[in-house]
Amino acid sequence: MNAHAPVTAADCGPDIRVERGQRAVFCGLTGIVWLHRKIQDAFFLVVGSRTCAHLIQSAAGVMIFAEPRFATAIIDERDLAGLADMNEELDRVVTRLIERRPDIKLLFLVGSCPSEVIKLDLSRAALRLSQRLSPGVRVLNYSGSGIETTFTEGEDACLDALVPSLPQAESVSNDLLVVGALADVVEDQFARLFSELGIRARFLPARRSGEMPAVARGTPYLLAQPFLTATARALDERGAKRIPAPFPLGAEGTTLWLKAAAEAFGVDPARFETVTAPGRARADRALERYRERLAGKRVFFFPDSQLEVPLARFLSREVGADLVEIGTPYLHRAHLAAELELLPAGTAIVEGQSLDDGLDRCREARPDLTVCGLGLANPLESEGLSTKWSIELLFTPIQGYDQAGDLAELFARPLHRRAKLEV
Amino acid sequence: MQLTVWTYEGPPHIGAMRVATAMEGLHYVLHAPQGDTYADLLFTMIERREKRPPVTYTTFQARDLGGDTALLFKDAVAQAHARFQPQAMIVGASCTAELIQDDPGGLAKALALPIPVIPLELPAYQKKENWGASETFYRLVRALSGPVVERSPREGRRPLCNILGPTALGFRHRDDLIEIRKILEALGIDVNVVAPLGASPADLGRLREADFNVVLYPEIARAAAQHLEKTFRQPFIDIVPIGVGATTRFVEAVAALAGVDPSPVLAGVPSRLPWYSRSVDSTYLTDKRVFIFGDATHALGIARVAAKELGFRIVGLGTYSREFAREVRAEAALHGIEAIIADDYLDVEAAIQAAQPELVLGTQMERHVAKRLGIPCAVISAPVHVQDFPARHSPQMGFEGANVLFDTLVHPLMMGLEEHLLGMFREDPEFHDGAAPSHLGRTHAGPAMEPEAAPPAPAPAPIVVEAAQVTVAPIPTTAPWSADAEKELKKIPFFVRGKARANTERFARERQLPLITLETLYDAKAHFGR
Repeated sequence: MNAHAPVTAADCGPDIRVERGQRAVFCGLTGIVWLHRKIQDAFFLVVGSRTCAHLIQSAAGVMIFAEPRFATAIIDERDLAGLADMNEELDRVVTRLIERRPDIKLLFLVGSCPSEVIKLDLSRAALRLSQRLSPGVRVLNYSGSGIETTFTEGEDACLDALVPSLPQAESVSNDLLVVGALADVVEDQFARLFSELGIRARFLPARRSGEMPAVARGTPYLLAQPFLTATARALDERGAKRIPAPFPLGAEGTTLWLKAAAEAFGVDPARFETVTAPGRARADRALERYRERLAGKRVFFFPDSQLEVPLARFLSREVGADLVEIGTPYLHRAHLAAELELLPAGTAIVEGQSLDDGLDRCREARPDLTVCGLGLANPLESEGLSTKWSIELLFTPIQGYDQAGDLAELFARPLHRRAKLEV
Repeated sequence: MQLTVWTYEGPPHIGAMRVATAMEGLHYVLHAPQGDTYADLLFTMIERREKRPPVTYTTFQARDLGGDTALLFKDAVAQAHARFQPQAMIVGASCTAELIQDDPGGLAKALALPIPVIPLELPAYQKKENWGASETFYRLVRALSGPVVERSPREGRRPLCNILGPTALGFRHRDDLIEIRKILEALGIDVNVVAPLGASPADLGRLREADFNVVLYPEIARAAAQHLEKTFRQPFIDIVPIGVGATTRFVEAVAALAGVDPSPVLAGVPSRLPWYSRSVDSTYLTDKRVFIFGDATHALGIARVAAKELGFRIVGLGTYSREFAREVRAEAALHGIEAIIADDYLDVEAAIQAAQPELVLGTQMERHVAKRLGIPCAVISAPVHVQDFPARHSPQMGFEGANVLFDTLVHPLMMGLEEHLLGMFREDPEFHDGAAPSHLGRTHAGPAMEPEAAPPAPAPAPIVVEAAQVTVAPIPTTAPWSADAEKELKKIPFFVRGKARANTERFARERQLPLITLETLYDAKAHFGR
């Protein structure tokens, strides 16, 4: 009887467990769909199979027709049988592509499951093509394969590939680096706020490949997205210093995120109050009407993007929702430390997935709202469960004060709709 | 390697999913990496299915590759069997799993499950979606149709047939089936099994009881029907009943095979298309230049409707179904043109530009190409977006299908006519740029769709066109129009103006005239006739 009594979950924050099994998630290639819109002179060439092309086409919906800046070089049997030299083939495809799109300045060769499994060396291909196409076009590579990356980790892999090529700043930089693709409107809002705080902020990725921010030893950086494990590591390797903070979702998250930067830059607390007060007040007003609609509603998250923990924190603390289970494909304990502290004690977090077991738990719990992918949403609706399809949370501007109300609306709308329909 | 932005067909395992999802009591275990589950949303979103497809994916990751992916696969099969208790299973590999060379068939066999487990070989680097559907259906039929037995004699009972071909994610398969059932019912023919749509593995065991088979979509079911013909001596009909003429031939052929009288179906006025097409309002449809592209079944069927039932002129015909290239080439030859067999949308786009059609009938892709070129268009074949799985009854086949086709093919032209009218009277005070309605996406007024604001999601989303990036391949240089010739052209009735412009420009090009003058316009008119 002299062993330590087991520490119950309720005493020490959330109850985290790991699950393995079938995963219903996107692969990292999907990140291309928003990344190509962010970096306006970049092209993403997937080297993969027809399945990869079909996935991007399905995920990109109708965007595929607007001369998009992504495509797939489909590996065929001639490549696999060794009848064609894959590197020569790739060079041919890239040459044709660049001739067709002379406006492209940065080309990403994006690895896929097939290209990774056959061990096609895309990093060497990128080097070779970079030399050949220099100085007009720079060629980088990363993997968005399903075997290595889950959905948003594709962005992480892409930014990770960018970091080594970021310019070296002259000396210890006094600029703040904000890392993670944000909608332009959100980026502009944050740029204004930082500027009012007296902080010079630069954003990674930049909107054009020639304007990527510089890094120096000691450059402080702030993650705007929770899924940037590899990018953060690469920045650390270049001597940059991460400012720990929760993520800028909701009024509280945004305030704490900005505050972490303000403290790192020694901004006067009074000035911080003055600068952020209008935003906080607007967010509070916008959230008011959703508190009534979302308070006490029981929410279940299936794993998808790694945004689940910050979103759950927002729903729980700012509009009073109850958290049934938070699924996340991967949980970076250090990057999410500040978020985990803010969650109600005992919140169930499941890292990884076993799809059918998760569905069993969801059906058993019958939550008021289930956040899940499009493969599950309609089937769950037909079982009488309200759902919020999660991909929209990646494509819609949700960060910052002025999007707090929009973010709550995304969750409130399916409930409102269900209440409204009479047939 | 092939550079691809758009693909008309998915990989072959998507075809297998279309068969599995169509059926009941069948489960598919797919050896595939994490991420391949994207395919689920084709069924749950585009077709709006209320259930998840009956597919278990192994979703292996890089860390599994060092270990035993074969074991992972066996576990997935055993767990899927325990959880879903299917009557039969199919097992196979997606493109990546094909490379790691686990043997799904052998592994599943080692489990000795008490149900049939059918291995699928779907070469992902050679074949595509429709081939995958055909092969899967053929394998299922071969494995589950049972031994040859004596069929009950025909005397004293109604003829009995199977309907083969409808699948999940099939373009209008749901409603085509309703129409075909109606026809068979009116002929006094009973339907034994419809497969794959709605059939269970046990139902496939009853296929042999039918007297004959009706193949609605040769791309998917002809191989299975040929097997049934060989094994059970069941003849099959694979006339695709798209249009009045084809439906009539279909009814006659089915009636002959069943030994029944076709007149109950053919008597009277089974379709409104013939009268609508003869009514004087349709005169302006005569010799409309039309470009047709799609899967072989629909491209061929619609080409015959367009040419023989609506009086259009076929100026382009093609398919992405290479398996049916010969048939499409033969049909194109009848119209004095060369078929386009291509799976690269850029080739199809170039062919559309070269043919200068007044109407494009194609897939979702041709719809977007036509939009870009400002040509009226209707969708007649997969691949299609969510709006082409409509709530209302909208078959392509049978006599009601012909009615639907008349509306579908003429509607964009009426819209085109409306737009011409608006263009013609644009200088009148009632009309102004802002008033122009446009299904062609060329509105000048109204809320501009901001690319940033439009969620680029697989759900129904607004069309995002990045104007700055739209590039249209250059049309061969044409002489400029003089002001008076341009003005004169506007006096020509709008419904022939397009043709007059094209003819005049061709005339000028052929003669290498530096400028199109009034004289050129009338010289060309005299040269070509109206």
